[in-house]
Amino acid sequence: MPEPLLPHLLAGATMLALNAYVVLGGADFGAGVWDLLATGPRKEAQRDTIAHGIGPIWEANHVWIILVVVLLFTCFPAVYATLSVALHIPLVLMLIGIVLRGSAFTFRAYDSTDSPVQRWWGRIFSITSTVTPFVLGLSVGALVSGALEVPATATFAERFVAPWLTPFALALGAFTLAIFAFLAAVYLTIEAETQALQEDFRRRALAAAAAVAVCAIATLLAGRETVSQLTDALFTRRLALPLQLVTAVAALTAIAALWTRRYHLARAAAVLQVSGIVWGWALVQYPWMVPGVHSITSAAAPEVTLRLVSYGLVGGTLVLVPSLWFLFRLFKGDHRSAFERVDTAEYRSSTDTESGDPR
Amino acid sequence: MAMSLAFHIIFAVMGIGMPLLMVLAERQWIRTRQPVWLDLAKRWSKGTAILFAVGAVSGTVLSFELGLLWPTFMEYAGPIIGMPFSLEGFAFFTEAIFLGVYLYGWTRLSARAHWWAGVAVAVSGTVSGVFVVFANAWMNSPTGFTMADGKPVAVDPIAAMLNPAAIPQAVHMTLAAFATTGFAVAGIHAWMLRKDRSSPFHRAALTVALWVAVPSALLQVVSGDLSAKFVAQSQPVKLAALEGHFRTARGAALRIGGLPDEATRETRYALEIPKALSFLAFGDFDAEVKGLEEWPEEDWPPVAVTHVAFQIMVGLGSLMALAAAWVLLLWVRRRAPADAPRLLTLLALLTPAGFIAVEAGWVVTEVGRQPWIIQGVMRTPDAVTPMPGLVVPFIAFTLLYLFLGVIVAWLLWSQIIRTRSA
Repeated sequence: MPEPLLPHLLAGATMLALNAYVVLGGADFGAGVWDLLATGPRKEAQRDTIAHGIGPIWEANHVWIILVVVLLFTCFPAVYATLSVALHIPLVLMLIGIVLRGSAFTFRAYDSTDSPVQRWWGRIFSITSTVTPFVLGLSVGALVSGALEVPATATFAERFVAPWLTPFALALGAFTLAIFAFLAAVYLTIEAETQALQEDFRRRALAAAAAVAVCAIATLLAGRETVSQLTDALFTRRLALPLQLVTAVAALTAIAALWTRRYHLARAAAVLQVSGIVWGWALVQYPWMVPGVHSITSAAAPEVTLRLVSYGLVGGTLVLVPSLWFLFRLFKGDHRSAFERVDTAEYRSSTDTESGDPR
Repeated sequence: MAMSLAFHIIFAVMGIGMPLLMVLAERQWIRTRQPVWLDLAKRWSKGTAILFAVGAVSGTVLSFELGLLWPTFMEYAGPIIGMPFSLEGFAFFTEAIFLGVYLYGWTRLSARAHWWAGVAVAVSGTVSGVFVVFANAWMNSPTGFTMADGKPVAVDPIAAMLNPAAIPQAVHMTLAAFATTGFAVAGIHAWMLRKDRSSPFHRAALTVALWVAVPSALLQVVSGDLSAKFVAQSQPVKLAALEGHFRTARGAALRIGGLPDEATRETRYALEIPKALSFLAFGDFDAEVKGLEEWPEEDWPPVAVTHVAFQIMVGLGSLMALAAAWVLLLWVRRRAPADAPRLLTLLALLTPAGFIAVEAGWVVTEVGRQPWIIQGVMRTPDAVTPMPGLVVPFIAFTLLYLFLGVIVAWLLWSQIIRTRSA
């Protein structure tokens, strides 16, 4: 029995946009974490590298999350409504984080008057960069664990707090934070202008990789009770094994490449690894968008809306892809001969995960 | 939500207007090679950067808040009006990309390519504003679906996007954005010029700002008239509230000022121009204008708020149009506006006029639509989230925005407007 194609295509597109947000925007958050944790003799140089690295691109990266939200409320309005009622509190916290972080970063960049004020903006930027991914992971954790299936008669705490205040959600929050920090450190090894800085970020990337591993184990342990069905799916679904394998190989490659100082390879592998995790999440939940409440087909908007949005997506992509390519080539391309090659590797890795899309 | 929108609309308006100023200044630099234009373009690009960043994050908040506060509305309306939002997403994306290129690419691109990046920012900014207004217009004139058993069926997103209110409202808002930014910038520099008439920087800034402000303020008069005629057709209750018009009458008078009293059903202290309302709304001095009495009171918007807000918007709009006409007169006589002290004073006084008019206009369209969130289809209380204690996030966001507003104003002042004492 063929499933209706259009809702799946659009769910896939939404997931792809989320993938892009995690890989690009996530690293911007991670960079904020390293701004907070900047230490040693090259403290200020580390912060400068971070500011230069994300300055031209963070706003474009940030738009991916807006695209996700817009696609969600246009194509899967019921999902959007359910999420925004049940996760009201963490989402509000996340928004405050996003607002403060973006503003503080810009204020720091354009306020050249005195350095104490600048340091203050830097502090706000880095702290909110740390808190926001944690809350994002927390929300995803609440979603995955199927805890959003709560009757409207429940008490305030049962309905608006309990779903996300679980060991599993907390562990996933920490995991998200670790992953973002890992991505950022890997990217920054390439941004770094000097050998010493590069070594700083290499050590940080390896430390973050260790943190990712610890958090992953903690998440699986915490999730064993609450989301046993889902973790089962992670091991039994038809596509699960290849996807797991790709992710694991990518993770090991990333670490090995960092160890041997092959940074462009490390970056491509890290992107592939994180994309594998994002799609692993999609696979675990499939066909549910909100487990137990909305599936991809049950929550989909009328067919005509989906069709028009998909035309819009195609048209938008035609504008977007060349523009993005131009942006990244302009700021991430020159004085780095190896870049073009890695860029294609990155592109290939993202299309790989796309074709790994569970159907 | 209201707070977020009220805040966001200011940044959105500046975010649409500033790139245009920036691009015009850079074009002057490319043509004349006088450093003052480059200085101006660079300063304005900084301003654009700050406003865009804050506009972008406050816009993110809005995209979430639609659901956080109005889940029922979004579940219902998402498929119908998601289309303009999706397109807006792409326009916004383009703007973000090219703003990055523009801000950080001064030395990496040829002057011409850099200028075109600026043009891309200005165009995509305007386009994304237009799409958002399309969605809002749909709430005023919902089309593109039919109702069956309390659910929308036969959804046609294209028809919904191009609803009858879309074009008039989008034109009105876009012109408002240009006029507001133009007058705000012109006003600040006019004020500086009153002290230092010879400053080439302020003279240049004033010139560009007026290029934008004057045509948009004059065109806005026409667009405002068209919008009012449209409201008269499609939302007669709103028109009646705008005018504080309680009793149905032929040859209805236009009220200027005044305070409507819902209890006694009278609008007092207003200056009345006989038959003018009938003419303005329907192009006929004797046309019948329905009063609020035609509808049950539960369908009335808050009359006093709507009427007063409308008076403020129209009043300030007219003032700006008059100032624009004055500038035009000087231009025709080939005199520099910077050399007319009394005009400078007027412009300085009008600095905040656009913002106040925009906020008032927003009150007009939103409060004037109450008690409906979707005109004639869904009432506002039916759309709100079941989450209790909404006052907490409301206060949190209000404080956050006030804080940001102060910082942004201070930064714009210290980094962009103030000239070095040279």
